[in-house]
Amino acid sequence: MIKFLLMVNKQGQTRLSRYYEQVELGKRASLEADVVRGCLARRKEECSFVEFKDYKLVYRQYAALFIVVGITENENELSIYELVHNFVEVLDKYFSRVTLTAQDLPALHRQCLQLFQEPCSVRIHRFKVLPGQDAMIPGWWLGLGWVKDELGLGVFIKATH
Amino acid sequence: MRMPAPIRLRELIRTIRTARTQAEEREMIQKECAAIRSSFREEDNTYRCRNVAKLLYMHMLGYPAHFGQLECLKLIASQKFTDKRIGYLGAMLLLDERQDVHLLMTNCIKNDLNHSTQYVQGLALCTLGCMGSSEMCRDLAGEVEKLLKTSNSYLRKKAALCAVHVIRKVPELMEMFLPATKNLLSEKNHGVLHTSVVLLTEMCERSPDMLSHFRKLVPQLVRILKNLIMSGYSPEHDVSGISDPFLQVRILRLLRILGKGDDDSSEAMNDILAQVATNTETSKNVGNAILYETVLTIMDIKSESGLRVLAINILGRFLLNNDKNIRYVALTSLLKTVQTDHNAVQRHRSTIVDCLKDLDVSIKRRAMELSFALVNGNNIRGMMKELLYFLDSCDPDFKADCASGIFLAAEKYAPSKRWHIDTIMRVLTTAGSYVRDDSVPNLIQLITNSVEMHAYTVQRLYKALLDDISQQPLVQVASWCIGEYGDLLVSGQCEEEEPIQVSEDEVLDVLEGLLVSNLSTPVTRGYSLTAIMKLSTRFSSLNRIKKVVSIYGSSIDVELQQRAVEYNALFKKYDHMRPALLERMPIMEKTATNGPSETVQTNGETDSTILDTKHLPSISQPASQANDLLDLLGGNDVVPIIQTTVPTKPASAGGELLDLLGDLSLTGGPTPTPASSVPMSQPPFLLDGLTSQPLFNDIAAVIPPMTAYNKNGLIIEFTFERSNPNPNIAVITIHATNSTEADMTEFVFQAAVPKTFQLQLLSPSSNVVPAFNQGSVTQVIRVLNPQKQQLRMRIKLTYTHKGSPVQDLAEVNNFPPQSWQ
Repeated sequence: MIKFLLMVNKQGQTRLSRYYEQVELGKRASLEADVVRGCLARRKEECSFVEFKDYKLVYRQYAALFIVVGITENENELSIYELVHNFVEVLDKYFSRVTLTAQDLPALHRQCLQLFQEPCSVRIHRFKVLPGQDAMIPGWWLGLGWVKDELGLGVFIKATH
Repeated sequence: MRMPAPIRLRELIRTIRTARTQAEEREMIQKECAAIRSSFREEDNTYRCRNVAKLLYMHMLGYPAHFGQLECLKLIASQKFTDKRIGYLGAMLLLDERQDVHLLMTNCIKNDLNHSTQYVQGLALCTLGCMGSSEMCRDLAGEVEKLLKTSNSYLRKKAALCAVHVIRKVPELMEMFLPATKNLLSEKNHGVLHTSVVLLTEMCERSPDMLSHFRKLVPQLVRILKNLIMSGYSPEHDVSGISDPFLQVRILRLLRILGKGDDDSSEAMNDILAQVATNTETSKNVGNAILYETVLTIMDIKSESGLRVLAINILGRFLLNNDKNIRYVALTSLLKTVQTDHNAVQRHRSTIVDCLKDLDVSIKRRAMELSFALVNGNNIRGMMKELLYFLDSCDPDFKADCASGIFLAAEKYAPSKRWHIDTIMRVLTTAGSYVRDDSVPNLIQLITNSVEMHAYTVQRLYKALLDDISQQPLVQVASWCIGEYGDLLVSGQCEEEEPIQVSEDEVLDVLEGLLVSNLSTPVTRGYSLTAIMKLSTRFSSLNRIKKVVSIYGSSIDVELQQRAVEYNALFKKYDHMRPALLERMPIMEKTATNGPSETVQTNGETDSTILDTKHLPSISQPASQANDLLDLLGGNDVVPIIQTTVPTKPASAGGELLDLLGDLSLTGGPTPTPASSVPMSQPPFLLDGLTSQPLFNDIAAVIPPMTAYNKNGLIIEFTFERSNPNPNIAVITIHATNSTEADMTEFVFQAAVPKTFQLQLLSPSSNVVPAFNQGSVTQVIRVLNPQKQQLRMRIKLTYTHKGSPVQDLAEVNNFPPQSWQ
């Protein structure tokens, strides 16, 4: 079961957080700080799974951004690892290549929702976004595009494998 | 005056990012919050959406946003899709079942579940599935169930996940969804398939009936899995060359649950599992994720042995993989299976041992645990070599666990005593300071029992001491050994290796060096002082030893001082007893540390009680809870505690004294005084009386009872009995009664006797003395009075009466003569 999803930058600031179980607001900050400390301190040779308190963290670094997922014991770590990458690829595709200055938070949340629906990970189809083929894209995604235009921002994440 | 239009979210984000300090950020947020609040008050429909979005961002940064909850509801109720979207998102982030407001959503959600636009329905399903409370779920379960049966795959998949949440919140509703699951698996849409499998998994995990019901789906699941593997490239579902790996993993997990403990289902899955295991591409992480899940499934169900071996071989291959994640996962799984498939895992032992050298901490830890699990009589020598090497080079966090593991393994599988002692020595010298405290007594016991190795051991320990005196456990064991076997050391009797030439003075130099060194802890100093003392019967340089002992008679360290003074007294007044007292230790039985019921040789420091009061300085013990009690005693004539192990902590001496006087039995806990050997002919202790004889004998010498204390309504009576067989022991039972109108709670009775006596308090019947003499608290005291002196006692009472604590001290002098004559 996925407990939470965090996107943090190298300075330890939370860019996106999504909790799948009740965590009080006050506790969230300290939890995030602990998690970030645990992950940022890891060296390159160390593996991406950290034993943290009574559950595990799976983290992945993409340039200046860390994505951390907290999972329970019974979850397949490699599968979650793959899922994180999947998530990033989808974001990459939908927000095209716009530089990261801020984040389209609601849209990110929706993406989060789609991919990490509920505490279990669900993968949806990745529609091939082809320019000029908006007809292929259902209205929902169009809505997404519209939001993107209004805010004029997106997320650029360069995948480092 | 109309307010200017609220700023957009991205403006806010930009502004906040320019803040340099936390205080600046807070200021900006507060300003914006105020603006948002006033905007909400104006009931502005146009910008509500924008304001809530900003609020959500601020919430994510950690600032309170509860005032936006109602606004979310208003947005949900709006007709605009964009409003609804943000509203539902806000509801998911800000609301949960603890807020009463959330129930207001129920109606909105109900309407939206029946909306004409599927995206609105989708939003509602999402939100319900995310934060729906049990009441909401109960109300709306019917709608969800309806949507589960729809042909719209977009809605169907969301409904399935919502159903999972409903079942989690209200397990009784599970049956309701059963009919809808009938043809979930015949869907082509992967999204629906995936969520259906999740739903089925949830149902099976929660109810054994459902589990047996769904077993019939195994063939269908197998078919779906097969299609996934065999089908060609499908752009929609492809991830790095594998078709929908996430679905594959989910199905494998469900198969695991269905096949566990069931032969038929396991049989039906065997083929597909073998197929997945052999056909999956392992070059990328995706493939390995699937293989991992497959291995877990194979190990859990009733698979045939060929399949299990295949699984373990996969894990073995994982171990050789360059990717550290995969190695980690392999080690974790192997740890789980090592108990059941021990032999198969043994085959990969060398790879596992190699992982000890890995750079990653989690991998090293796993490898270490696994290595210990794999040690057996055959591979002990080789494994130990690797483990000792690991101990040398590993992080300090590991050293304690590794050392304990090595000791355990060595104890179980040591091929020879010499090897065992060598191994222990090696551990002590490399990780001496990380070794657990209880290993010192264990080691000492081991050494004592390996009689033929004494000379060898003491020689090696002595040499180790010459090199390094900083590692306390090593130093403690070494000093103890030198104290015991110093004569063997000096006489050069070692057979196992080249005997070294060392003189008595050199040995004493080393021991004295320990006493003065800054590196030695008080415990270690105690060990070395005692060792020096013991050598007085083994060496001939008596004067030097006497000098050392007398110097420490005025040491600031209380523990050391006490010992030194007692040893001094031993020299002066009881020299005739010295050889007997300091004799070689007998072989110790390996017993638990407490229990007077164990038959154990007595080896406490018994001389203290025989020593005359006048010679002992009346210094108070280290400030501890025993302080007040010891004031009663007027000194430290501690009754020796019969023990089986060598003490390690004088710092807790005070506590032990208290335990002595207030506890159930003479525990075997560490005493402040070190163990020195006592021949069996010592006068019997209270212990002997306790072990086999009844507490009260039938031939009760008629000793009249007496009232020991009568004050403030509390009366304490003593009744007497003589214990058979030891006429020196008087058994006193106290009866405490309370004639006041309020109970006396937390009643504690403590007693102390002069130095010539020994006292043992058993535990009281209760610690509440009921009011109006409605009952009494009884407690048994045993007093040993070898010198038949007049019995005197000081008692201390503490209790709580009418809410306030009461404490009192009293002397009891009116013992009837028959009780002590």
